[in-house]
Amino acid sequence: MNLLVCISQAPDTTSRIAFTNEDREFDSNGVQYIVNPYDEWYALVRAIELKAQQGGKVTTITVGGAGCDPIIRKALAIGADDAVRIDSEPTDALQVARLIADYATGKEYDVVLCGKETIDHNGAVVPAMLAELLDCGFVANATHLEVNGSEAQVKREAAGGEEHVKVALPLVLSAAKGMAEQRIPNMRGIMSARTKPLTVETGSAEGGTRIERFALPPEKGACKMIDADNAEELIRLLREEAKAI
Amino acid sequence: MSVLAIVNTKNGAPTKSSLEAASYAAGVAAQNGTDAVAIVAGELNSADALGAAGVGRVLHHAAAVTDSGQWAKLTEAAAEAAGATCIVSSHDHFGRAIAPRVAVRLNAGLVAGVTHLPEGGTVRKNVFSGKAMADVAISSEKAVYTVTPNAFGVSNAGGTASLEAFSADLGQAREEVTGFDAASGDGQVPLPEAELVVSAGRGLKGPENWGIVEELAQAMGATTACSRPVSDIGWRPHHEHVGQTGITIRPNLYIAAGISGAIQHLAGVNQSKTIVVINTDPEAPFFKAADYGIVGDAFEVLPKLTAAVQALDS
Ligand SMILES: Cc1cc2nc3c(=O)[nH]c(=O)nc-3n(C[C@H](O)[C@H](O)[C@H](O)COP(=O)(O)OP(=O)(O)OC[C@H]3O[C@@H](n4cnc5c(N)ncnc54)[C@H](O)[C@@H]3O)c2cc1C
Ligand SMILES: Nc1ncnc2c1ncn2[C@@H]1O[C@H](COP(=O)(O)O)[C@@H](O)[C@H]1O
Repeated sequence: MNLLVCISQAPDTTSRIAFTNEDREFDSNGVQYIVNPYDEWYALVRAIELKAQQGGKVTTITVGGAGCDPIIRKALAIGADDAVRIDSEPTDALQVARLIADYATGKEYDVVLCGKETIDHNGAVVPAMLAELLDCGFVANATHLEVNGSEAQVKREAAGGEEHVKVALPLVLSAAKGMAEQRIPNMRGIMSARTKPLTVETGSAEGGTRIERFALPPEKGACKMIDADNAEELIRLLREEAKAI
Repeated sequence: MSVLAIVNTKNGAPTKSSLEAASYAAGVAAQNGTDAVAIVAGELNSADALGAAGVGRVLHHAAAVTDSGQWAKLTEAAAEAAGATCIVSSHDHFGRAIAPRVAVRLNAGLVAGVTHLPEGGTVRKNVFSGKAMADVAISSEKAVYTVTPNAFGVSNAGGTASLEAFSADLGQAREEVTGFDAASGDGQVPLPEAELVVSAGRGLKGPENWGIVEELAQAMGATTACSRPVSDIGWRPHHEHVGQTGITIRPNLYIAAGISGAIQHLAGVNQSKTIVVINTDPEAPFFKAADYGIVGDAFEVLPKLTAAVQALDS
């Protein structure tokens, strides 16, 4: 089975969020980058499991500059076979999806796995754009994936529960919690990742949006403390002051 | 030049997040002096709710559509029929699978998860899991927006919508829905749509203690949620896990008992309108993000709150 996993880098979840250049750019000063958790924990690990079951190859693809190489090496250490980086600083989801689709077209991937969203831009749009560009079926927020012959059985998050979906291959999906369990790379994986192929390609594509400026949310006012012995008072405040109930 | 809303239905009625998308579409249309149109597929009991939200015309495709590629084709055809250059959907499970495909078909820029109407050439959305906001400009001719659930609200313009049959060539379906597992916690509003949420963490000590959480939730008509470690160790089902790696919610009220308030937890809940924190530790970081706080033992405080809520309505 030919599997493509879309891997992006994201600021570590504990990063201080600040902006520079008159709030036009994210301040990456001192920020540690990680593999976007959904891409690593769920999409990549499930792809590696499927390859172990059924044979084939797991390739990762990343749109980004050379600064992404450490997180790509981590994906190789976890168990991907090889990696591609499209050397471009992405500014928009449509642009990223077009660059990945341009690369993937004609390479006959059976399943393209993405994370459900990036934790910096919170778009959750690249995967479905890719599906449309590659003219494939799509499942968002997949929690379970089995592949049998030319068909995949997928479960996905839905309002009030989980839906079972049968999809013809090739297929693009975005992975959510439940799909697989996080793996910590072992020493052998880390050693072998150094020599696994990481190909750098060039490409260009149009996007459709532009971030004009960032802003931080207004500071929360002070927390109003209520005595535990007088907990009923909270319910009164929630009704009369916050009008929340 | 109209604005088109993509509308999902359940049991013949538009879902709440779709009504929010329709209200947003009506808001954009009003800004541009044009009309809002909705596209609906499958069973629809009436166009009244959409009319009330400000939609003037409802294009109705009689057969249900579940395939995201077919939905994108249907939307493209409806946009053409209505002369729409701006498309709006909900930023939920439904809209997230369809809107990006529509953006590709229309060669349109997409802003995902908007929280406010466009203003001064940009539109606002949350980024960095609610820790910041971005103002985004569309650089293409057409625009697609997905609207964050519970951010914009359902407007009640009180208008009426005309209902028109609509059909289009949708090609082959590739995705077939074959089953559904209902999440336990039956009768609760699903977490992403819930207005009231009662949540608990490791401070509750064990799954056998969740009765006091469920009782408060039930008294308030709230939905239950939990922190990640609690679902990881199997005290609570996965679908209750909120936060960076779980579900992001934006209820009117979020009550957190025995949750420390780690940054990854806050990422999923910090956009709640009112936050209440109950924790034995006055230094718990969650108090910094809270509107109301009680330093105290959840085992004593929660039953008191339940009794107080019950007293309200009796
Ligand atoms: C990449 C990454 C992603 C993550 N994603 C998520 C996520 O999506 N969601 C999430 O929740 N976490 C997430 N986490 C984990 C997160 O960092 C915290 O570990 C977790 O939120 C802590 O859960 P907790 O507050 O229930 O437990 P603890 O941190 O153990 O806190 C328990 C709290 O209960 C209080 N307490 C104890 N007894 C009582 C009592 N009787 N009454 C009242 N209070 C009491 C304690 O004072 C303490 O504050 C993530 C971590 C990482 C690294
Ligand atoms: N620059 C990128 N390179 C590779 N994959 C990406 C990139 N950006 C997004 N993706 C993939 O698309 C998913 C959703 O991203 P987004 O639409 O930005 O929230 C991510 O989880 C990744 O799998």
